[in-house]
Amino acid sequence: MAKVATFVVMLAFWVVLSGMFDGFHFSLGVVCCALVAIFSHDLLFFGGDRRSWVRGVIGLILYIPWLLWEILLANLHVAYIVLHPRMMELIDPQLIRFKTKLKKPLSQVTLAQSITLTPGTITVDIRDGEFTIYALTKEAAEGCPGSMEDRIAKALEDR
Amino acid sequence: MNLIVGVLIVLGILIFAIGIVGILRLPDFYSRLHAAGKSDSLGSILIICGFALYNLHDPSLTNVLVSLKMVFIAMFIFLASPTATHAIVDTALILGAEPWKKEKKEKKEKKRP
Repeated sequence: MAKVATFVVMLAFWVVLSGMFDGFHFSLGVVCCALVAIFSHDLLFFGGDRRSWVRGVIGLILYIPWLLWEILLANLHVAYIVLHPRMMELIDPQLIRFKTKLKKPLSQVTLAQSITLTPGTITVDIRDGEFTIYALTKEAAEGCPGSMEDRIAKALEDR
Repeated sequence: MNLIVGVLIVLGILIFAIGIVGILRLPDFYSRLHAAGKSDSLGSILIICGFALYNLHDPSLTNVLVSLKMVFIAMFIFLASPTATHAIVDTALILGAEPWKKEKKEKKEKKRP
């Protein structure tokens, strides 16, 4: 099952990238995708059953627009700080640590990437569910992880 | 259509410009990474979306495929940029580059005697 799914995803990707639909190029694509699917089908669809995968993908699709909006807001905030004449008084860089309640590695990585993408905070390290965050301002440090963690838990964790 | 494209690209360039100002003005390595690593992701996504839309003015199959490829580029930047930022910060902390603090000067003077 995982092999077929990997094959379909790979083939769709091949078609988009190649853009040539004549017999020769398409059959080359089918052969390559089949080889990749046989050798590394456990990379794309590791662990978990099919239902949790479908739920995860739908959750991610619902999550990404919200993340984009957050990135926009946070970018504006950093732009305000950077362009402020007395910038040095506004910023207060600090390292903070917090424990996450997310269990799955995938959702932990998603949280880390989201934190890094929203300006003002960078994920430095994840160790045993403990995040180390480098924040640019005090507000950014306090607003972390905030509602982001709940949203990811809703989208990716199964309960 | 052309108006939307123009707005997207100009916004992207503005965000890049702010990122560069940030790199120049912020005090230390870590806070500069904030400006360098993030304004990239939003700025490049805006610019690439502008290009992809512009490319669709004549919607034939090839043009749609090219636009899809551009969206793929945006997606990969979206994935790779935070990963790279994270790797750089982690390495810097391990190597012991000291983060800038507000009261750093006073602390250093106290330590010296």
